[in-house]
Amino acid sequence: MSAPGPVDGPASDDAVFHTRVFDADDLRRAHTRIAHEIVERNHGADNVVLVGLYTRGVAIARRLAASICTFEDADVPVGALDVSFYRDDIALRSVQPVGPTEVPVDVADRTVVLVDDVLFTGRTVRAALDALTELGRPRAVQLAVLIDRGHRELPVRADYVGKNLPTRTAEDVRVRLHETDDSDDVVEIWGPVEEPGRSAGDRSSEGRSSGSRPS
Amino acid sequence: MRHLLAIDDLERSDVEELMELTDSFLEVSGREIAKVPALRGRTVVSLFYEDSTRTRISFETAAKRLSADTMTFGVSGSSAAKGESLRDTVRTIEAMGIDAVVVRHASAGAPQRVAGWIDAGVVNAGDGRHEHPTQALLDCYTLRRRLGPSLEGLRVAIVGDVANSRVARSDVKALRLLGAQITLVAPPTLLPSSLRGWPAEVAHDLDSVLSDVDVVILLRLQRERQSEALFPSLREYSLRYGMTADRARRLGPDALVMHPGPMNRGVEIDAEVADGARSTITEQVGNGVAVRMAVLYRMLASGGTDV
Repeated sequence: MSAPGPVDGPASDDAVFHTRVFDADDLRRAHTRIAHEIVERNHGADNVVLVGLYTRGVAIARRLAASICTFEDADVPVGALDVSFYRDDIALRSVQPVGPTEVPVDVADRTVVLVDDVLFTGRTVRAALDALTELGRPRAVQLAVLIDRGHRELPVRADYVGKNLPTRTAEDVRVRLHETDDSDDVVEIWGPVEEPGRSAGDRSSEGRSSGSRPS
Repeated sequence: MRHLLAIDDLERSDVEELMELTDSFLEVSGREIAKVPALRGRTVVSLFYEDSTRTRISFETAAKRLSADTMTFGVSGSSAAKGESLRDTVRTIEAMGIDAVVVRHASAGAPQRVAGWIDAGVVNAGDGRHEHPTQALLDCYTLRRRLGPSLEGLRVAIVGDVANSRVARSDVKALRLLGAQITLVAPPTLLPSSLRGWPAEVAHDLDSVLSDVDVVILLRLQRERQSEALFPSLREYSLRYGMTADRARRLGPDALVMHPGPMNRGVEIDAEVADGARSTITEQVGNGVAVRMAVLYRMLASGGTDV
């Protein structure tokens, strides 16, 4: 287990470290649990494809596939999806694709589990659904995320959640994975310097509890 | 990137970013439904004052795969044939509300002039003997696909009608930017009068360089731009500078042969070589669409504000 403390990352403006949410062991437990939930819910893993959204979603999808491999006799295919060309803010800001979309199997008649690190406004997932549709017609699409931080702007809901994490919009949930970030595995909240007398009362808790959401 | 007028305007990092972006669009081009909604609602106009089928169709295919609307403004049958000036034509097109113009013109510098007159993005699709930047980008991209991401130290011969070739001018600059070493191979009559500003070596004998190069780029003999006899005959040219099957056998085992098209088979290149394993000619065409998608995307998808 790594020592607590802020990890290096591209600090957005003058954001400071707030709290550590997950360390490497917590992350391992979370994706182990999600891996089991995926197999349980789909009565096995035979017809499942894990499709990660660039960049960290791809790494998490690979971890889930590796995890499933340890307890289920199944080699779950893993794909990578770039949603840039389908984003609704493409004309508003610079949207650069991260890498080519690569899904190794035909998604038709399979259950696709989209995998991302943080679920926030839901706009990325909307774009992912469009991107996925162009590759074929899956039998079903499910969504797995490591962190659900609230503040949805679209009617999107995750099927598998590592942790529900109430946040303020000004805060930044930073997921760092050893595959993608040259860092230990951690999830942290960064944000503006806390002003005296201002509590975290505007956190979006929406009455959720931590852990997996009943599905 | 607001315009793409010349390779000269680009930094190495710009070219590398465009190459990486092209990977994504090559994947899109390979799909069963080769279309993404990235430029929905944008309009791209092809303004072609010179004959070109492949470049125009390549740009239009690129725009359509990005879901942009496309229009073509060719010279014959248009108001340009009735005497309208380039400036008035461009202003008229812009007044229709367009986002980008792809310009091909017989005069060097025409796309630069157009860029000064309008707010829309301008892509140079070939201007006189000046530049053809997207051809150079697709040549670089094709080499990266074949040989890996670094072209550092790659030995490239550019053979033929260098003096009249905008492809050669852009290729030299782009390949040099990525670290390749370039040798121009041509008779003195087909080399530019001054080689200042050409970061390249010169050779007059193709046979002497064959064994020392990794890539040979053959240029089309541009007979439409040659006002006088610059070599004795096509047969003589082919004997000395054509990529014959015999010369191709003397290349290194992994050497590649490129041609921007359209080819004069039997003049610059033998059919056997053009259709052989060394040839990247068909790939160049396919990669051209993906590269042009990357250029249009870079210009139009982010409001043109960055890079």
